[in-house]
Amino acid sequence: MQRTVPLAVTFVLAALAGSAFAAPVNYKTPDEVAAFKPGPNLEVVQGNCSACHSSDYVATQPPMKDKKGFWQAEVTKMIKVYGAPIDDADVGKIVDYLTATY
Amino acid sequence: MFDRRDLLKGAGLAAMAAALNSTRAMALDTVTLPFANGERPLVKYPQKRPMIGLTSRPPQLETPFAVFNDGPLTPNNAFFVRYHLSDLPYNLDPDKFTLEVKGKVDKPLKLSLKDIKKMKATEIVAVNQCSGNSRGFSEPRVAGGQLANGAMGCARWRGVPLKAVLEMAGVQAGAKQVTFGGMDGPVSDKTPDFVKALDIDHATDGEVMLAYGMNGEDLPFLNGFPLRLVVPGYYGTYWLKHLNEITVIDSVYDGFWMKSAYRIPDTPNNAVEPGTAPKATIPINRFTIRSFITSVPDGAKLKAGAVTLRGIAFDGGKGIKEVQVSTDGGKTWTSAKLGKDLGKYAFREWKLPVKLAAGSWELKVRATGNGGETQPDTPRWNPAGYLRNVVETVRVSVA
Repeated sequence: MQRTVPLAVTFVLAALAGSAFAAPVNYKTPDEVAAFKPGPNLEVVQGNCSACHSSDYVATQPPMKDKKGFWQAEVTKMIKVYGAPIDDADVGKIVDYLTATY
Repeated sequence: MFDRRDLLKGAGLAAMAAALNSTRAMALDTVTLPFANGERPLVKYPQKRPMIGLTSRPPQLETPFAVFNDGPLTPNNAFFVRYHLSDLPYNLDPDKFTLEVKGKVDKPLKLSLKDIKKMKATEIVAVNQCSGNSRGFSEPRVAGGQLANGAMGCARWRGVPLKAVLEMAGVQAGAKQVTFGGMDGPVSDKTPDFVKALDIDHATDGEVMLAYGMNGEDLPFLNGFPLRLVVPGYYGTYWLKHLNEITVIDSVYDGFWMKSAYRIPDTPNNAVEPGTAPKATIPINRFTIRSFITSVPDGAKLKAGAVTLRGIAFDGGKGIKEVQVSTDGGKTWTSAKLGKDLGKYAFREWKLPVKLAAGSWELKVRATGNGGETQPDTPRWNPAGYLRNVVETVRVSVA
């Protein structure tokens, strides 16, 4: 009866005010706006990479002389070190996309 | 739901433009850091002022450098943010939060936030700096988060000594290390969870702290609310956020984030020939000594005559003994006046009145620590881009 303001709105207002937490915290990050650039095999990249991280992880890497070697090493690291479940058939496609696009 | 542009407008355009001085604002919502591929969006997160956005998932935010000219304590809403893994505890409930202390202890503990806040509190002013701070300046460039100099900050931390909590639990004989885990974790269970370790002597030195307060407020969510580890003098990788798990072990922890990541060359200056791989490595540990000019951004145009240069210096915990400044590209050096000593782990402010004649000048700053170490004239290099502490140069044209 007294609750005329929906609870969800209250939480958003608390987050916007940025102080006094309602419990639980319900912290809201801004919408993810960065996206992978158009390129060959884009859908393979979106399907494999986006599960764990945003595309700006790729876009902010430095320009390297040996682009293909650099991106091959990064994709290998994602699989071997971070356990990314990437099909063998997709590895080459992802490396080609990254080399051609970034 | 959140319109970034609206929030940016609300933040005050003039204040923002001033804060962006040193990072050369291109448009109002973009900055360009001074290295190749350095364009970044300015982003607004709850509890934060507009920050330099490195990545959005997980969030990584860099402090606009001009903030460091505002004082030796970095405001909570400007403090940098670094996460490794994307599953953040966005819905954590501080009233249900529990810190578990376990492993080789006589009495395993489960402490609520209230329990921890009832203990005798201590405070320390200490710099937190990301291991990857300044990686974007590494030459040759290396993979990783491409940061300029804004992944650092200094705050007054409030909490309880880790030592006191470990004494309550009773560390057993034979304990070698203590490991730390937080509530954030990987998206995939195949990704190694973020766990770090400290040697038992370090963990019980009385300085390592479980902090719930930062500059007189609760920790901001993105800086580890409600509890984080503070490891004075050590790189941020050890400062676990959302800390909820402390385990005493009788071995040397060999998880990925200690054994394979965050390693530096095991050479006298922890550097190798640029572009080469080290033969052996050790875990990254204490900060190298650094100093910055904060009052004048690179590329500034100044009026000829008197100007007071200002800045900050810090090191891994010996404290700053001297800061010297050169206005002629390093030919001659003058000692600056040091500001208030907030402790050996804090930013130490410095200032020096100088006179600049018309022309182009290279301003340089170099700190020396109480242990005698100083900054090199040429950058050290290692494959992960850690430990940068070359003497910084600010180029100005004076008319």
